[in-house]
Amino acid sequence: MFDFLEGYDLLGAFWTTVRLTVLSAVGALIWGTVLAAMRVSPVPLMRGFGTTYVNVVRNIPLTVIIVFTSLGLFQTLGVTLGARDFTTINFRLAVLGLTVYTAAFVCEALRSGINTVPVGQMEAARAIGLTFPQALGYIVLPQAFRSVVAPLANVLIALTKNTTVAAAIGVAEAAALMRVMIENEAQLILISAVFAFGFICLTLPAGLFLGWVSKKVSVKR
Amino acid sequence: MTSESVLYDTPGPRAKRRNRLYTALFLVALAGVLWWVFRSLADKNQLEWAKWRPFFTDAGAWNTFLLPGLRNTLKAASLAIVIALPLGALFGVARLSEHRAVRGAAGTVVEFFRAIPVLILMLFANAAYAEFTDVSPDDRPLYAVVTGLVLYNGSVLAEIVRAGIQALPAGQTDAAKAIGMRKNQVMRFVLLPQSVTAMLPAIVSQLVVIVKDTALGGALLGFSELLASVRPMSANYGANTIASFTVVTVIFVAVNFTLTTFANWLEARLRRGKRSTGAVLGADTVEELATPGEHVTHEDLGGPGDLPKR
Repeated sequence: MFDFLEGYDLLGAFWTTVRLTVLSAVGALIWGTVLAAMRVSPVPLMRGFGTTYVNVVRNIPLTVIIVFTSLGLFQTLGVTLGARDFTTINFRLAVLGLTVYTAAFVCEALRSGINTVPVGQMEAARAIGLTFPQALGYIVLPQAFRSVVAPLANVLIALTKNTTVAAAIGVAEAAALMRVMIENEAQLILISAVFAFGFICLTLPAGLFLGWVSKKVSVKR
Repeated sequence: MTSESVLYDTPGPRAKRRNRLYTALFLVALAGVLWWVFRSLADKNQLEWAKWRPFFTDAGAWNTFLLPGLRNTLKAASLAIVIALPLGALFGVARLSEHRAVRGAAGTVVEFFRAIPVLILMLFANAAYAEFTDVSPDDRPLYAVVTGLVLYNGSVLAEIVRAGIQALPAGQTDAAKAIGMRKNQVMRFVLLPQSVTAMLPAIVSQLVVIVKDTALGGALLGFSELLASVRPMSANYGANTIASFTVVTVIFVAVNFTLTTFANWLEARLRRGKRSTGAVLGADTVEELATPGEHVTHEDLGGPGDLPKR
């Protein structure tokens, strides 16, 4: 019944999906944290930059960003990100595009986390004479991180689903393989079911697990 | 913490000096990046006026490529939301049913389609239309894009509807039951009408997601929407890839920014309003509701099903 899978590297394709997800997640977490820091910083110019970045990038379709990394950055401007062969170049460009896009959502998730800490906490911290780094490090951030697990989990799962867009620039991940298989094989329903199942295996347990973690660590108010 | 200014004291003379230093450093970094972008664009002749002129002086680029593309984008998005809304309402209400079988079936369908990337659904729909129906190859991309969007967004809207109904105060159900309404009357006359208002901001922001996802059809299914107009434009106007992308991006951002602003305005207005129950599903809840497995509570997995809880 599953003969049609022969000759296709199904696991390899999903492994590429996972690699895209993990690398972009790390990149987006770093860049998103920098953006969030800018958005709450006392320097108006940085705040303005952070706000503009988030508002613009969130409203651009991810597909436009990914296709731009290939057509615009690579083919027009010759940006190769230090890679030599097309496979690696496209993969790195996809990671770059996903990072740029996802960072805007990470930034919003982190900022919403800081916003859940009641104002009184910081005021109380200052009233007992804690310095700014102390108040942030001992009072605000520990509470903010706990409430940020759930929104960050949503971003991570959305990212997992978004990696399929990399098929648009020829990265050999799951959706790209599905396209090839639909083209060459007859069992449309079975092929689709296999890929649907693969993505459910990636997203649903992660959603349930991280949902459980966020309930576990959340601050009861 | 609602206002960021609580995070730090009002700056004194030293802090002001420090902030000015940071501003200067940041400006230098920003200028460096901009300079690099400018240089690389100039090196590849992407800044020549000839490459940008078609979008400013000539209606041809707009009439031949951009506006038809935008029309297709908006057509696919509006068809998708119009079809997905009733489906979402149906499944959202079904998930609140008192019958375990109905609740379970609706829940499974919603969880299934929320967990799958919308691109997978579009690819499937595209091939399915080719194999099982006689939709002409010209129309097929539109059908495939709309079908994929309906399946995915229908399930997200189902969650929006469910959350919207659950956001209403429990007193609404109690009062309706007290005056002798049946459960389907409670739903039709009391809960659904009120929840529609509460859901509006979330629905409008889901529309942004739909508009953005139509671009997938352009990149992978040959649907001639806005993003797909980049290639013919850069072929026609002397490889003006950067200029074409810039214009297309500006249009997307303008459309979506308008929708986002509208959603936030609706939300603020509803929160201020005194005539409603005060229940609002915020514009930024859609990310959470699009996550598979989110909001799966004990009741959904077979516990006693009651109408709205707080």
